[in-house]
Amino acid sequence: MASRKISYREAVNEALAQEMERDSTVIIMGEDVAGGAGGQGEDDAWGGVLGVTKGLYGKFPGRVLDTPITESGYIGAAVGAATRGLRPVAELMFIDFAGVCLDQIMNQAAKFRYMFGGKAVTPVTIRAMYGAGLRAAAQHSQALYPLFTHIPGLKVVIPSSPYEVKGLLAQSIRDNDPVIFCEHKAMYDVIGEVPEESYAIPFGEANIVREGDNVTVVAIGRMVSMAEEAAKKLESSGISIEIIDPRTVSPLDLDAILESVENTGRLVVVDEASPRCNIATDISAQVVSEAFGDLKAPVKMVSPPHVPVPFAGSLEDLYIPSAQDIVNAVKTVTEWSK
Amino acid sequence: MTNDQIQRVTMPKWGLSMESGKVTEWLVSEGDELEKGQDVADIDTDKIAGTLESAWSGVVRALVVEAMVDVPVGGTIAVVAPADVPQEEIDAVVAAAKEQLASGAIEDESGPKVAEVHVDGRSISYAVLGDTESEATPVVFVHGYGGDKNSWLFVQEPISADRATYALDLPGHGASSKDVGDGSVATLASSLVGFVNELGLPRVHLVGHSVGGAVATVAAADPATLGKVASLTLISPAGYGPDINAGYIRGFAEAETRRELKPHLQQLFADQSLVNRQLIDDLLKYKRLDGVDAALALIVAALLDGERSAVNVTAEQASFGGKTVAVWGAEDKVVPASNAGSLEGKATVHIVDGAGHMAHAEKPQAVIAAIKEAIGAA
Repeated sequence: MASRKISYREAVNEALAQEMERDSTVIIMGEDVAGGAGGQGEDDAWGGVLGVTKGLYGKFPGRVLDTPITESGYIGAAVGAATRGLRPVAELMFIDFAGVCLDQIMNQAAKFRYMFGGKAVTPVTIRAMYGAGLRAAAQHSQALYPLFTHIPGLKVVIPSSPYEVKGLLAQSIRDNDPVIFCEHKAMYDVIGEVPEESYAIPFGEANIVREGDNVTVVAIGRMVSMAEEAAKKLESSGISIEIIDPRTVSPLDLDAILESVENTGRLVVVDEASPRCNIATDISAQVVSEAFGDLKAPVKMVSPPHVPVPFAGSLEDLYIPSAQDIVNAVKTVTEWSK
Repeated sequence: MTNDQIQRVTMPKWGLSMESGKVTEWLVSEGDELEKGQDVADIDTDKIAGTLESAWSGVVRALVVEAMVDVPVGGTIAVVAPADVPQEEIDAVVAAAKEQLASGAIEDESGPKVAEVHVDGRSISYAVLGDTESEATPVVFVHGYGGDKNSWLFVQEPISADRATYALDLPGHGASSKDVGDGSVATLASSLVGFVNELGLPRVHLVGHSVGGAVATVAAADPATLGKVASLTLISPAGYGPDINAGYIRGFAEAETRRELKPHLQQLFADQSLVNRQLIDDLLKYKRLDGVDAALALIVAALLDGERSAVNVTAEQASFGGKTVAVWGAEDKVVPASNAGSLEGKATVHIVDGAGHMAHAEKPQAVIAAIKEAIGAA
C-alpha cells in the first residue's frame, strides 16, 4: 500500500478518475464539471466551481457532461440513466439546491427498487457540497444531510478525511443504490495520507478515530477534526474521549456506538446540521432507547443554533460547533451528578 | 569534545511513517545500571506502542525528556555512560540535546527508503535501510501472510547497523502488485528469487516469517540462487509441519470489519493488548485495496489442505543445506511451535517464552540475536 499525502479535493478527483478507468459505464454530469471559469480551453478548464473535477474532461472524452443550470432536469436524467445501465455521478454543486430536484431523488431514485419488486437498480451517486465556514450565506451553507437520511432507499455518506473520501466515493459509485455523497466545502484543502491504489470502504462501518475511556464522542464529517482538537485539549484534564466517525449516516453503525457507550457510559454527539431532527438527535434517541442502563449521565448534543447560517463573519464563526463547545459538553457529562 | 564512552539513547523510528513518539513511562531511573537488551522505556507513537531496549550496557546518567512529551525521531531521550565519566561531560551532552530538541533541528535520515523493481511483470515494493555500499552480505526480510515490509520495524534497523537490509512486499501484499498467479509458495518464492537477481545482490542472508519462512526456504533451494543464499533465519515458519491454525488463515482473509478482524488478530500475539486500533486500521486499509481479496483467497487455497498445512518445504531446506536458525514463540497460536521438531538436527531452534506468532514484534531482541547468529555477526 503506497500512501502519500493529497488533499480532500484531489481524493475526490482521484476516486472519480480511477472508477471511470475501472468501469466504462461511469459518467459525470453537472453544472460546469467539464469546463467552468479559470481556464483557457477545454482541457485546462477549471472543473467545477471549486476545481474538483479538473482534468477529467480531457481524460475521459464524452463521459464528462456539462449540463444546463437545471437541477430538476439533469438529476432526473442521471436517475433515469442509472436505471438503464450507466453509473452516473451527478454533481449537485451545493446541497442547498436539493429543493428543486427533490422529487427525482426522494420519490423516484429512492423508490425504484421497492416499487418494481426489487428488479430495478438505481446506481446513481449524487455529490453535493455542504457546510458553513466559507462566508457563502444562508442559501449556500446548509448541512442538509438529515433530510436525505430521513428517506428510506437512499444511502448517505459523509467523509471526514481524504482517506475516507476516496474509499467511500469508490464504494458509492460501485453501490447499486442511490447514494448522496456529502463533501464539506471548507475541507477541500485538508491534506491526508491516501493510498495510490484504488480501494473501497464498506458502508455502515464506523471508524474509531481515537480510543478513549471516559466519554464517547460521535462526530459527523468536518466535526471529526473538531473532536480531535477537543481530545487534545482534554488530555491535560485527564479526560480521554473515544471518537467515532460513523462515515455513513444511512446505513448507521449503531453497534459501534453502543459498544463504545457500554465502556464509557457517557455520550456526546457533534453534528453541524441544524439542531432539530438532525443526526445528533437521531443517534441520541437510539442510544438512550437501546443502552439506557449503560448511561451514567444525560446525552449531550453539540449542534449549531436553530437559525439560518448567518452571513456576518463574526456570527458564522459563532454558529459552527467548535472544539471548545465539544470540550464544554464533555466536561458537562463527566462532571454530571444526580 | 565528545567522549565516545557516552551513548545517546534516541527516539527510535518504528516504521516508515513515524515522525515522533513519546515516552509513556520510563522503566529506568537516573543512576541505574543498565544491561544491553534491558527495557528502557515504553514508547507510544501514532501507529504503535512498544518498549525500547537498550543497545548498550552502562549507567543511566541522565533522562533528557519527560514522560508524555512528543519527541521527534532521532532526538536524544537519555544518556548512558560508564560511572567514571565526569558529570560535567554528561551535563554538556544533555544541554546540547535539550538545545537541539528545543530548536527542532533534528535531521532524521535514519528511516528506510522505499523503492520498487519489476519482477515477472509485477512491481515489487521494498524498503532499504543501511549502507548499500557495505562489503557485508546484505539481509533480505520476507514477511508472512497478510504482512508487509513494515512488519520488521523493530528488527530491520538494528540489523542495518553494519550492512544493507531489504524488506520486500511479496506479491498480493503491501504496495506490490496484487496479482499472485496461482498463490502458491513456489510462485511467491520465484518472485523473491527474481527480486534478489533484479537488485543484483551476489549473496544474501534470508530472514522469513511464517509463510515468508517457507518462501525463503524454497527460494534458497532454487537453482537460480545456487550459492547465493548464505543463511536462513526462520521465524515461526510455515511448511515445517502439518499444524497450522486454519481458522486464523481463513478468518483473516474473510474478515471485512474491525469487529470481525480483531479476534483473529488477537491470536497472533502472546500479549493480546498489542492488537490496538492502529494495527486493525492498517490491516483493514490493506484488505480494502482492490485485488487483495482475490490474492488472499488464492494464497489460502494453496496454503491449506482442510485443517492442515498443504505446504512442506523440509526437502527444500535439506537441499539448501546452509546455516539455518529458527525462532519460535512458545505461545504461537497460528503456526505452533510443535512443528519445530522437524528442524531437529537441521537447524538451531530457539523457543521464545512470552511470544506468540509475532516474535519479531513481541521479543525483537531474541529475533535480532537469532539473525546475528545466522549471519555470523557480533
